[in-house]
Amino acid sequence: MDVRRIATLARLELSDAEVEHFTGQLDAILGHIEQLSTLDVSGIEPTAYPMPIAAPMRDDTPWQSLPQQALLQNAPDQAQQQVRVPKVVADA
Amino acid sequence: MSLSQHSITALRDLLRSGAITSTDIIDDLLAQTSAREGEVGAFLSLDADRIRAAAAKADLSLPLGGIPIAIKDNINALDEPCTCGSKFLAENYRSPYDAGVIKQLRAAGAILFGRTNMDEFAMGSATENSALQTTNNPAAPGHIPGGSSGGSAAAVAARFVPAALGSDTGGSIRQPASHCGVVGLKPSYGRVSRYGLVAFASSLDQIGPMTRTVEDAALLLQTIAGHDPLDSTSLPVAVDDYLSGLKQGVKGLRIGIPKEYFAEGLDPAVKAATMAAVARLEAQGATAVEISLPHTEYAVATYYIIAPAEASSNLSRFDGVRYGHRAAQPADILSLYQQSREEGFGAEVKRRILLGTYVLSSGYYDAYYNKAQKVRTLIRRDFEQAFQQVDAIVSPVAPSPARKIGECSNPLEDYLADVCTIPVNLAGLPAISVPLPVSGLPIGLQIITPHLQEAQLLRIAHAVELQ
Repeated sequence: MDVRRIATLARLELSDAEVEHFTGQLDAILGHIEQLSTLDVSGIEPTAYPMPIAAPMRDDTPWQSLPQQALLQNAPDQAQQQVRVPKVVADA
Repeated sequence: MSLSQHSITALRDLLRSGAITSTDIIDDLLAQTSAREGEVGAFLSLDADRIRAAAAKADLSLPLGGIPIAIKDNINALDEPCTCGSKFLAENYRSPYDAGVIKQLRAAGAILFGRTNMDEFAMGSATENSALQTTNNPAAPGHIPGGSSGGSAAAVAARFVPAALGSDTGGSIRQPASHCGVVGLKPSYGRVSRYGLVAFASSLDQIGPMTRTVEDAALLLQTIAGHDPLDSTSLPVAVDDYLSGLKQGVKGLRIGIPKEYFAEGLDPAVKAATMAAVARLEAQGATAVEISLPHTEYAVATYYIIAPAEASSNLSRFDGVRYGHRAAQPADILSLYQQSREEGFGAEVKRRILLGTYVLSSGYYDAYYNKAQKVRTLIRRDFEQAFQQVDAIVSPVAPSPARKIGECSNPLEDYLADVCTIPVNLAGLPAISVPLPVSGLPIGLQIITPHLQEAQLLRIAHAVELQ
């Protein structure tokens, strides 16, 4: 596994030591997982949930939600009753 | 005798007779906790003032009025911490709402008693992946309590509480229950609301009770089971009465013994205890039948594709923006995500996020994720076919008793030890671990029944317990 590439996709910074450490461990796990390739699953339907789950619809009307302050209390940084983050758009 | 020794059922009788108050229970539990928690390490937080205040107001007319219950630290309860055993949420997170099961416990009059240690984000089977604390097995000092609900199992085994809630994604209630010598029940997928449970793998997770008696597990399940409009995967199906048929026995029941669960590597003590339990069920009028679950050998591989895939998606919410850890000086928004996650997550969580991201990535999705979902169908069908022949399946919970703390050399070794519990989650079935009479380290018996047949499951468990 190209751990550095996957780490970027997963938004994990990872040190070089971690990359090295995880590469061996993940390759061993993938080696075990590889046994599934011996199994013929043609014609078998995939299972996403153990039983069929309906997608229930509700009326499109405002319903219970948490007050703004209850949600902001856990924000690491906030301003003007909103969560604050570094600038998202790069300078032109 | 200290009230810490009593079951929920016994405490309820004493409370209702007026012989004791909820505060008397809390006094004894806090005394027991102060005496042994230093050595056990079951709790990540315990707010004695809040617990005493709740006990003083307990409504004893309610089903669990005045009964203290410990909560695994991945289930949200208003204004309480919810660390998930992670540095990511340890700094200052407070839950802004109650989980579905917490609402039900409060409505039933229960007192929330402490938040229990766990493997980080429920990823592990020893509680050694907790980033915050080590938990010792109260029944076997120096040994792991199992995991990921190791703190809940230890709290119940150490008599800190009569009962706790855990969560089970691949065995995380049953295996620590087995290792600590307590009862642990994973309900059918969809039986208990997952609203407010911090999601690990959404198609596998269930919350369930951990207790010292089967009757208490039935009582607690009765309280937390049911449909929740805030969890669309909870089933709108009436909840059975788990208590009235509990003592009806096992006469005439057909019990399946899956030969694949007794494979090489099974500890002789576990095998002997399991077969002795089967013999005792037969002596009570049940019939034991050897059965086959032919795709068992593929279950761990299937699980370690599906669970990390779902986890990598679920844990993307921990980005340092709205709650939890945020890196101190990120240069830009991408660095904020990457550094916050790098600093906040431990090694096992990173491993599983990487594995999940890999199996879902472009070019690998069909070979891994899609394939695993099809094998999941085969594993589910194995059980469906078995349940045409038998009423229940019994097996070991874990291939060996609790190992010593710090003895695991590589993650794959611990993963493979989940072979008896993982198939149950993949198939969405209810299963329980019941302590067996042993002279050495605790060993549990796993009982599995068809979907939504918790009443039958508890009835068989009760028969095992009585022996």
